[in-house]
Amino acid sequence: MLTKNVKKIMIASISSAIVLLSFQAQAEFSDDPIEKGLQIAKKVKERDLGWGDSETTLKMILKNAAGQTSTRELRTKTLEVQGDGDKALNIFDHPRDVKGTAFLSFSHPIGADDQWLYLPALKRVKRIASRNKSGPFVGSEFSYEDLSSFEVEKYTYKFLREEPCKGGTCFVVEQNPVDKFSGYTRLVSWIDTTEFRNWKIEFYDRRNSLLKTLTVEDFKLYLDKYWRPTSTNMTNHQSKKTTDLVFEGYEFRTGLTDRDFNKNTLKRAK
Amino acid sequence: MMKTLFIKMPRRSYAYSLLFALGIFFIAGTASAVEISGSTQFEVTAYARDGQFDGQDYRSNFSVALAPEFFWDWNNGDSSIVFTPFYRFDENDEERSHGDIRELDFLHVFGNWELHVGVRKVFWGVTEFNQLVDVINQTDSVESFDGEEKLGQPLISLSRVTDWGIFDAFILAGFRERTFAGEDGRLRGEFIVNESNARFEDDREENAIDFALRWSHSFGVFDVGAYWFRGTDREPILEASFSNGSLQLTPFYEEIDQIGTDIQATVGNWLWKFEGLYQKSNLEEYSATQLGFEYTFFGVANSATDIGVLLEYGWDERGEDSTAIFQNDIFVGARLTLNDSADSALLVGGSYDADSSTRSFLIEASRRINDRWTISIEGLLFHGGDTNDPLTALNDDDRIQITFERFF
Repeated sequence: MLTKNVKKIMIASISSAIVLLSFQAQAEFSDDPIEKGLQIAKKVKERDLGWGDSETTLKMILKNAAGQTSTRELRTKTLEVQGDGDKALNIFDHPRDVKGTAFLSFSHPIGADDQWLYLPALKRVKRIASRNKSGPFVGSEFSYEDLSSFEVEKYTYKFLREEPCKGGTCFVVEQNPVDKFSGYTRLVSWIDTTEFRNWKIEFYDRRNSLLKTLTVEDFKLYLDKYWRPTSTNMTNHQSKKTTDLVFEGYEFRTGLTDRDFNKNTLKRAK
Repeated sequence: MMKTLFIKMPRRSYAYSLLFALGIFFIAGTASAVEISGSTQFEVTAYARDGQFDGQDYRSNFSVALAPEFFWDWNNGDSSIVFTPFYRFDENDEERSHGDIRELDFLHVFGNWELHVGVRKVFWGVTEFNQLVDVINQTDSVESFDGEEKLGQPLISLSRVTDWGIFDAFILAGFRERTFAGEDGRLRGEFIVNESNARFEDDREENAIDFALRWSHSFGVFDVGAYWFRGTDREPILEASFSNGSLQLTPFYEEIDQIGTDIQATVGNWLWKFEGLYQKSNLEEYSATQLGFEYTFFGVANSATDIGVLLEYGWDERGEDSTAIFQNDIFVGARLTLNDSADSALLVGGSYDADSSTRSFLIEASRRINDRWTISIEGLLFHGGDTNDPLTALNDDDRIQITFERFF
């Protein structure tokens, strides 16, 4: 008898807690799907503010439809820029014929990014046209725009629904690129409701058919605040090619400043 | 044959470089282990015909080049040494069998400053078909037809990054003479250049010390550079002389003052490019320019392929009757980049001399075979117009060259 009652009470209080929690979550966001989408995007950005700078080594494993693989290895140094897009310096270690090739980019929320490529054989720095946002990055399934920093201004948003996902419960949000040179008509993102991490993105091409899906294997917490993916997979549904991106540990606040991102540092990146 | 094994460098600055490097190795006792990388090139060339001149009676050529790179760094990467020796063996051309120290560079970074001491390669410029303002290093002209390969330059340079751009100062400690094809070399003029008799305006000859200052900056869509150079002209005047009863050419290196600029505007799909220089010596003064654009069609026909269209124009005030090769020349090209995992790329280009109507045609294709090997194919076709144009000497040098490169 007693145990039955206890059970009943427990179930009642748990369900009311859930109701209360979801009510609170509801209260935080607007009922208007457009407004709510924007609020979620702002929250994603807000939760990730203040990380400063980071360095990571990453491995790209490219696999074609026949299952043949090739690997790229690069090191990335990134600087958070308040009020603008991030600055990044990518240095290639593998394959050997591109070892020492380095890529400097200043991303901007609106308009073209500034990008320079360093070719070590000629010691030449080339400013490159950055309108190729949708072009593949080093032959992978990631385009330049997939790899540039997330800025709220880059999209308009629409909240679609809430549903269970790998990260628990996710907001499903549609994003429409503002830049007319984007390779996509829309993106659909699965963002968890507690930590605001992006677990999955579907990319729809210019003809609005599903082109690619990005899925995150897992996240790791840094500095008790910032979540970074440990590995991600991009699958191209049209070409059947995939690219795995494996991050080999992040280091935050290594002391990078603005002066580590210019043509001189690009040329001496090794 | 033995003489070609010597690395032709100003003896004194060469000795200084080595002494300096030894000193640094000693200081860098704490340096991390050496990192070794580099490549070996295997090159096969097929010519359509025998050449026009004595010594050029062959249609195939084999060559191997080795370029390892040794790299040490310490002080958290703020101090480093890179050493890149280079050696090429050529089956036919004794002058192309040659060695060089491409780099032996000690670099130290402190804050916004960068100090280089040793032997270095420095590239300036923005255009594709002619490297007009790339004046720090001497051209290693036996290496490639396009003049993009350079000899290592002994120097001390200081660079500072500021909010108003990057400022560089160079003390060029010693002069490198240009390499020229020997009697058995293809893609050369009618007369052999005799390097051993080279003349210099500066009495110190190859021990002369030259200077350069450069400012460069990026703002908005613009990347701009400007420089001043004082010293020995990298481009010699070739004077006719008799030696052992045969006509030869002797390089004469003038003292010059040169100012130059390079500008690129990157606007959407367009790259607008301009290079210009003004040069003054005791014999003459002139201006020259190379300008043009590259327009890229990204993701052609819903593929990952990019197609770039290039158009450039080269002009030199000295005109047709001078050593200037690109005095009134038009260059057209198309660059195909597949953006695939093998980095496949193709460049097709042509030049047309509006004065002599000489035409040349170039095709370059390259791709990665696997993690260790790449292949590149280069085709060159020449059609000389009037006989005043130096390129008519190449009329029988149409060739196809295949290079396999192994990286380690």
